[in-house]
Amino acid sequence: MTAVAVETEVGRTTRPTPARIPMSRIIGVELRKSFDTRSGFWLLASVGILAVLATAATILFAPDDAITYDSFGAAIGIPMAIILPMIAILSVTSEWSQRTGLTSFTLVPHRGRIIRAKLTVALGVGIVSMLLAFGIGALGNLLGAAIVGVDPVWDIVGGDFAGLILFQILNMLIGFMLGVLFRNSAGAIVGYFVYGFVLGTITSVLAATQEWFEKAQPWVDFNYAQGALTDASSMTGENWAQLAVTGLFWLVIPLAIGLWSVLRSEVK
Amino acid sequence: MIKVESLTKKYGGFTAVDDVSFTAQPGRVTGFLGPNGAGKSTTMRIMVGLTPASSGHAEIAGRRYADLPNPGLEVGVLLDASAQHAGRTGREILTIAAQTMGLPKGRVDAMLERVSLTPTEANRRVRNYSLGMRQRLGIATALLGDPAVLILDEPANGLDPAGIRWMRDLLRGYADQGGTVLLSSHLLHEIEVIADDLVVIGQGRIVAGGTKAELLAAAGTLVRTRDLPTLSRALVAADLHFVESTGALRVEADPDVVGEVALAAGVALTELRSADGAGLEEMFLELTAETQRDQKSEGVAA
Repeated sequence: MTAVAVETEVGRTTRPTPARIPMSRIIGVELRKSFDTRSGFWLLASVGILAVLATAATILFAPDDAITYDSFGAAIGIPMAIILPMIAILSVTSEWSQRTGLTSFTLVPHRGRIIRAKLTVALGVGIVSMLLAFGIGALGNLLGAAIVGVDPVWDIVGGDFAGLILFQILNMLIGFMLGVLFRNSAGAIVGYFVYGFVLGTITSVLAATQEWFEKAQPWVDFNYAQGALTDASSMTGENWAQLAVTGLFWLVIPLAIGLWSVLRSEVK
Repeated sequence: MIKVESLTKKYGGFTAVDDVSFTAQPGRVTGFLGPNGAGKSTTMRIMVGLTPASSGHAEIAGRRYADLPNPGLEVGVLLDASAQHAGRTGREILTIAAQTMGLPKGRVDAMLERVSLTPTEANRRVRNYSLGMRQRLGIATALLGDPAVLILDEPANGLDPAGIRWMRDLLRGYADQGGTVLLSSHLLHEIEVIADDLVVIGQGRIVAGGTKAELLAAAGTLVRTRDLPTLSRALVAADLHFVESTGALRVEADPDVVGEVALAAGVALTELRSADGAGLEEMFLELTAETQRDQKSEGVAA
């Protein structure tokens, strides 16, 4: 995608050819666009708010022996698994649902660049949110331990952090994939809940009742394979292989189809 | 300078844009005229790369739109003033566009002033804007990068008479400074007062094109009298072609010729004038009528 300035015979006006819009600027604009509406702002703010609420709930309701960093991490992880993918979904679908794409895609006539910028912003927001969540969880752990009068238990170790972040990043990528596939906010959000929760329930019922499926599940069920990441330090090579195989079918291939259709579809 | 060559867009069996070619020249306002659903918006979307063409291509300043390194600085585009995030303020929408183009902050305020949006209005969310305010904001977005080419789809929609006057002056001034303006409309009169050149489209095909003067000159003379039968006989005797339209005759001859025929026949006239645009209007009404019939019989989506 190189734009070479070709001298043409038509140039009546002798303006200099402007420089190509740099990728950093497109990323900056996309970042701004995720903050500058009330809904966008509160969606991002809710990352912090829900992390605090989940931490408070853990302190209030968890039994004393469960005041560990892992409990806080697990409690915060649940709202994150819903909010972060929403951020990823809406960053894509609002261009179609709010029809802002008419402006965005004419100011930058290469949809791939905008989509890459959106993905960069979404992943950046995801990682920052997770770090923030770990911080809030750590404060909760200190506070909770002080309240019940025990020594704080730090039972999330090195690789586990990366595993949990990767877990949420995959959720965001699923959201992003549904966004480019549906290009409609409501459709993609419903799709995410079906994908994450309805499908997960069906497969666990199936695994509980059908022996053949229980054996096959780790190799066909992405949710299940992804679940191993919540305890990343004990993941085996086989677990990683299962994650890769299921991820290919449930994430990479549909994402590729979605991106292909985004680049070719009509923006109205 | 905009050059459109043999653009065609097919949706399944339906041809929305059928071999459309025209040029919009610098220093002139080109009106893109056609009834609703004629293919104006689709053609414009193809020009800016939002809709892929089935065949043919469009060039702006000698390049494909996608090859423009920073299109906002070369082409101002307004396709649909309502296509904005309802939760953003007018100022924010301009700021995002200015940031994308790499323009200084002050440019946003200058543009708000240029389209007469007050600071209070600019800080309101777009969901509270009237259509007229959205059009002004859309025009501000298009003008932001000081482009040499403007592509505006129905920019006068929703503007009040003063607003239409304002936009006419603005676009006139823009063209007079050497800019290329292409604007579409489904209203003949709206475009008649502003365009230098006209491209008329119906059912996806170009049906007429040229300077406004040429298209209007072809119209002949409009003559009105209480004694139509006598005048008609006299015109036939003088070997002049004419058509009757609502109590008047449109004659394919100059007004002085028609006046002399009427005088010789002793017919008192109530009106005699050059039929400015009457031919164009008839053609346009015919197009509109055809489109409407098609919509009824075949249910073709507009």
